[in-house]
Amino acid sequence: MSIVLFTILQYAPGGPLTPYLQNPHITEADIIRLKHNLGLDQPGYVQYFKWLFQVVRGDFGWSMSNSEPVSQAILERLPATLTLMGCAFVFSLAIGVTAGIISAVRQYSWLDYTVTTLAFFGQSMPVFWFALMMQLAFSVVGITAFGYKFSLPSAGISSLDNFDFWDRLQHLVLPTVVLSLLFIAQWSRFMRSSMLEVVRTDYMRTAAAKGVSQRAVILKHGLKNALIPLVTVIALSLPGLFAGAVVTETIFAWPGMGRLFINALGQFDFALLMGYMMLTSFLVITFNLVADLCYAWLDPRVKYN
Amino acid sequence: MAASLPITPGAVPVVEETAPSRNTVWRRFRRHKPALIGAVIIIFMALIAIGANVLKPADPNFIDQVNWQGYPLAPGVAHHILGTDENGRDLLARLMFGARISLTVALFAVIMGISIGTFLGAISGYYGGWVDFIIMRATDVVLSIPLLPLLLVLTAIVAGTSNKASLNFGVIVVLIGGLSWPSVARLVRASFLSLREREFAEAAKAVGNRDGRIIFRHLLPNAVAPIIVQATLEVANVIILESTLSFLGFGIQPPTASWGNMLANAQSNITVAPWAAIFPGLCILVTVLAINYLGDGLRDALDPNMR
Repeated sequence: MSIVLFTILQYAPGGPLTPYLQNPHITEADIIRLKHNLGLDQPGYVQYFKWLFQVVRGDFGWSMSNSEPVSQAILERLPATLTLMGCAFVFSLAIGVTAGIISAVRQYSWLDYTVTTLAFFGQSMPVFWFALMMQLAFSVVGITAFGYKFSLPSAGISSLDNFDFWDRLQHLVLPTVVLSLLFIAQWSRFMRSSMLEVVRTDYMRTAAAKGVSQRAVILKHGLKNALIPLVTVIALSLPGLFAGAVVTETIFAWPGMGRLFINALGQFDFALLMGYMMLTSFLVITFNLVADLCYAWLDPRVKYN
Repeated sequence: MAASLPITPGAVPVVEETAPSRNTVWRRFRRHKPALIGAVIIIFMALIAIGANVLKPADPNFIDQVNWQGYPLAPGVAHHILGTDENGRDLLARLMFGARISLTVALFAVIMGISIGTFLGAISGYYGGWVDFIIMRATDVVLSIPLLPLLLVLTAIVAGTSNKASLNFGVIVVLIGGLSWPSVARLVRASFLSLREREFAEAAKAVGNRDGRIIFRHLLPNAVAPIIVQATLEVANVIILESTLSFLGFGIQPPTASWGNMLANAQSNITVAPWAAIFPGLCILVTVLAINYLGDGLRDALDPNMR
């Protein structure tokens, strides 16, 4: 996979020196010297293995737009992104699973119809527009609800220089809600159908027949089994979570990896783009592996050779 | 107490051996009211997109210099039903032409993605072995790279080699279409794996049909239902994907209007001109919602066992 990404970025016409090619003060001779210094005049496979060797040691090259090593640029912004993604993940999981269970247990009730309709809206919502509307409603206009006038900050991670929990939390609300929407929608729909399947199984009927209360049947016997397939779905939504973070961070001026990526994009800083793509793909693959292993551990019916 | 549990003892799913007849499909589809409404909305949007030239209230790139004074005009001012954007261009006209761009990009990209996916999935499922191995690993690779960042990098490469104006309709279609095949490929492969074991497939082979004929004339028609459903849902995805690219400035380039790039400047003007931000997004939401409901209805109608 790294080969594919490397090829795409290196053999793109113009290549990694594009930002210099557009500079009128740099002559043809400078370009040739630069290419030699950076090893860009060597054959492709030599470059690839050199680069791969560096990547394994954690060296992703030099970011031209930030004037610092790529790894440093990304690592500086990683905590902000992980905070946002982590909050969105927990929030989506809590709301999505709860909504899915309620929807399944009260199938065909008005509550079920409301949840499924909202899920459809969530899945069809363009993230960036939802973000704009949230900013409009909660920062620009400042909607009054529950006797409280909302005026949440619409940009940045903090407005104070020193760390203040309340301040941070306020900044986190809107981006988290925006990033979560799609996953709440997807996971609640999945949870609903997964729960409906489990509810029809024999062991649920047995548990109910034994006189276990309905609440305990659903939460203890049902939920445990219905959650297992969700693990795979969650692992599959990880690429979407990264993509969503790019959009969310851009709109809310969140100082994370996603915004770094968009800035690098505007300046054609391919070393950084490459580093970002490698890191996210690596995380996605690792998570899928972990999810597969978790699945086997949670569901003894599945065996791996 | 326990009786209130929605448990249906002995519910055996009915597996249909043959594809449902056209009448059955239509009857099932008609029962799905949201899907019917969705279909009507999509036809309405498509008609507007096709007839944008005739229906337009103004030229989408015409700047109303008489009334415009440097800030967006509000809806209803000077015969602009939905107002103007920050450059004094009629919002309704731009929305209509935006519909044309967004819908055609989605249509062509999906046709391309579905064709590639169906072809690769079909030969992968039919032949198996190393063909299958290579195609499935390629699918894994594409699916493990986050799609939006990958598309952004590719568009940046295209823009970096010449200029941003080169990011036209064709480039966007090819990039999105060229990356949206893996899910279809997996789907088609799965149905081909079971179809090739069926008796009619063996019969077709026994009478001496060539592989190509068996794949496309005998097996493919039996795998068409899930492909149609997937294609519908894919259109919804591509509309969102294209509008996101255009919003971030790496999709359809201005002055050509697309629902996404109309929103690009809306954020900075949102305090003075919320309507410029509301309407394009509403168009995307309504269209995508309609398509998703249509896909849901089609799934119920074509193959109730699928899910």
